[in-house]
Amino acid sequence: MEQELLLWVRGTGLQIAAAVFVFGMVYRMLHLLMLGRKMSLAAPRGSEWSGGLRTMWKRSFVSTKLSARGNFTVIAGFIFHIGFFITLFFLSQHIELFRAVLSLHWPAMPRGVIDISAVLAIGAMVALLVHRFVDPVKRLLSDYQDYLTWALSFLPLLTGFMLLREIGFEYITLLTLHIASVELLLVVAPFTKLAHMFSTFISRWYNGAVNGFKGINI
Amino acid sequence: MKEHETLEQRLQEQGISRRSFLKFCAAMATMMALPPSSASAIAATLAKVKRPSVIWLSFQECTGCTESLTRSHSPTLESMIFDMVSLDYHHTLQAASGFAAEQAREDAMKEFHGQYLLLVDGSIPIKDGGVYSTIAGRTNLDMLLEAAQGAAAIVAVGSCAAFGGLPNAQPNPTGAVAVSDLIKNKPIINISGCPPIPAVITGVLAHYLTFGALPALDDQGRPKAFYGETIHDRCYRRPFYDQGKFAKTFDDEGARNGWCLYELGCKGPTTHNACATTKWNGGTSFPIESGHGCIGCSEPKFWDAGSFYAPLPAPTADVSSAAKAAAVIGAVAAVAVGAIDRGKKTQAQQSREKLTVDDLKGE
Ligand code: SF4
Ligand code: SF4
Repeated sequence: MEQELLLWVRGTGLQIAAAVFVFGMVYRMLHLLMLGRKMSLAAPRGSEWSGGLRTMWKRSFVSTKLSARGNFTVIAGFIFHIGFFITLFFLSQHIELFRAVLSLHWPAMPRGVIDISAVLAIGAMVALLVHRFVDPVKRLLSDYQDYLTWALSFLPLLTGFMLLREIGFEYITLLTLHIASVELLLVVAPFTKLAHMFSTFISRWYNGAVNGFKGINI
Repeated sequence: MKEHETLEQRLQEQGISRRSFLKFCAAMATMMALPPSSASAIAATLAKVKRPSVIWLSFQECTGCTESLTRSHSPTLESMIFDMVSLDYHHTLQAASGFAAEQAREDAMKEFHGQYLLLVDGSIPIKDGGVYSTIAGRTNLDMLLEAAQGAAAIVAVGSCAAFGGLPNAQPNPTGAVAVSDLIKNKPIINISGCPPIPAVITGVLAHYLTFGALPALDDQGRPKAFYGETIHDRCYRRPFYDQGKFAKTFDDEGARNGWCLYELGCKGPTTHNACATTKWNGGTSFPIESGHGCIGCSEPKFWDAGSFYAPLPAPTADVSSAAKAAAVIGAVAAVAVGAIDRGKKTQAQQSREKLTVDDLKGE
C-alpha cells in the first residue's frame, strides 16, 4: 500500500498537480494582463518603465522606514521567503527533480546551509502565525484564506525537514506526505493568494509604473 | 511413506558436526534478533523436531529464487534448509519427473494433510482461467488452490509469489497475482526479494520449527526480524547521504570515494530488506558495496516504479508533457475569457444612456 501510494504521488498525482498548477497560473496571469489599464490621457511626467522596474527592484529589500509592527512582519516575511527559496532551489534532492522535469540543473548548496534555511523558514512562519493571532489588527484582517495558505506553505517545509532528518515516521511515509503536501500546494496556489508567487512582480511593476508616469520618484 | 527423521539424525547422516550446527543456531538467533543465550535453546528444540514435509510449487517464475538458495557453497547456513525439511516435491530439484513427480506431490499432500509447509515461488496468472502457466496439464491456479487446502502454512518465496513481481508489472498480460491475493484462510509469510536472501528463508524455517509458529510479520506479511529496517537505515554510505555527498556518475570522484548512490537511483530509503546486515554470498557483501544502488527488489510494484537509475525525487510519469498541454489550455482559456470580458465592457459602454439636460429638468 505504502509503495502504491508513493508511486501514485510520484506519477499520476504529480501529473495532475503540475497540470492544474500550470493551467491555473497561465490562465490567471494572462487574464490579469489582459484586463489592462485605462489609457491615461494626461501628459506623462516620467517614464513608466523606469518607475516600474525601480519599484520591482526596491521592494525586494527590507525597508527600515517602518513601524515596529511592520518591521516584524517584513523581516520575518523576508526570512521565510529567503529560507523557502534556498531549500526549494538548492537542496540536491530538489535539483534532481528539476533536472528530471525541466532538464535543467545547477550546483546544490551544502546540507548545513539548507538545514539552517529550513529551520529559519519554519521558525519565521510559526512566529508570523503567532503574531497573526496576537496582534488585534492582523487578527481582524485575517480570513480563512490566510490560514489555509499558511498551512499549505508550512506543510511541505515541515514534512521536508522531517524527511531529511527522518523524524517521527519512516522515510517512505514522510516522502509520500512531503510530495503530497507539495501537490496540494500546487493545486490550490493559482486560485488563492499564493498566486502572488507570480503576480507579485507584475503588480510591483504596475505600482511603480503608475508613479513613474506621474513623475513620482519612490 | 515413513515418519520423517529428526534434524539431529539427519545431520549425523550427512556428517555435519554438532559444532557447525551450534554455529548455525547462534547465527539464526543473531539474525532473528534474539538474545545470544537463546542459541542453545534453539539447538535443543531444532535437533529434536521431526523434519516437516515441504511441498515447493514453482509457478510463473525465473528459477532465480531456487538458484539463490542452491548456488550457495556448502556447508552454509543456506544449505541447512535442505537438512531442516523433507523436500517432498520441488520440480527443479527432485530426481523424479513426469507422473512420478506429480505422484510424489499427491502422496505427500495426502499423508501430511494439515501439516505440510507449502513453499511457493512465482506468481499465479489468473487471466483466461489461468491458462498462461500450467504444470502437467493443470493450471498454477488450480494446483495452488488444491495444495493450499492441506497446508499448515504457506511461505511465498520471492517477490513474484509475495507481491506478483515481474509478471505482475504493467501491463500484466497474464493477470499475474500474488499468493496472498488468492489464499485468505491460511497463514502466509512473504519472503520478498528478487531473489530473496537465502539465509532469510532458512531463518524463517528455523523459527517456524523452533517455535511452532510463524515469526512476527510486518504489514506486508514479511518477517519483521529481516524486513523491519530499510537498506538506507543500515547502509554504510549513510553518513554521506546525511552530509549531502552524492556520486553523480558511476565512475566519478564521488563514486570512487564511496559516496551515497541516491542520485544514481538508489531505492534503499524506501526498501525494507536485510541486505545491509545479512549480506549476500555467505556474508561477503551487498549490492551497494559493489557500487550499485538498491533497486528496491523486496517491495511491491518495484518494476513499475520508474527506471532503476532514476533518483527517488524523479517523477515516474511524464510530467513535462502534462504541464505543456495545461499551459496551452490555460492560455487559450485566458484569451477566450479575456475577449468575452472586453466584449462585455464595450457593450456596457455603448448601451450606456447619456444623461441629458432634459432629464435633469424633468422633475
Ligand atoms: S547508497 Fe542508498 S541506501 Fe545507502 S545511504 Fe545512499 S541512498 Fe541510502
Ligand atoms: S540491495 Fe535492494 S535491490 Fe539489492 S537485493 Fe537488496 S533489496 Fe534487493
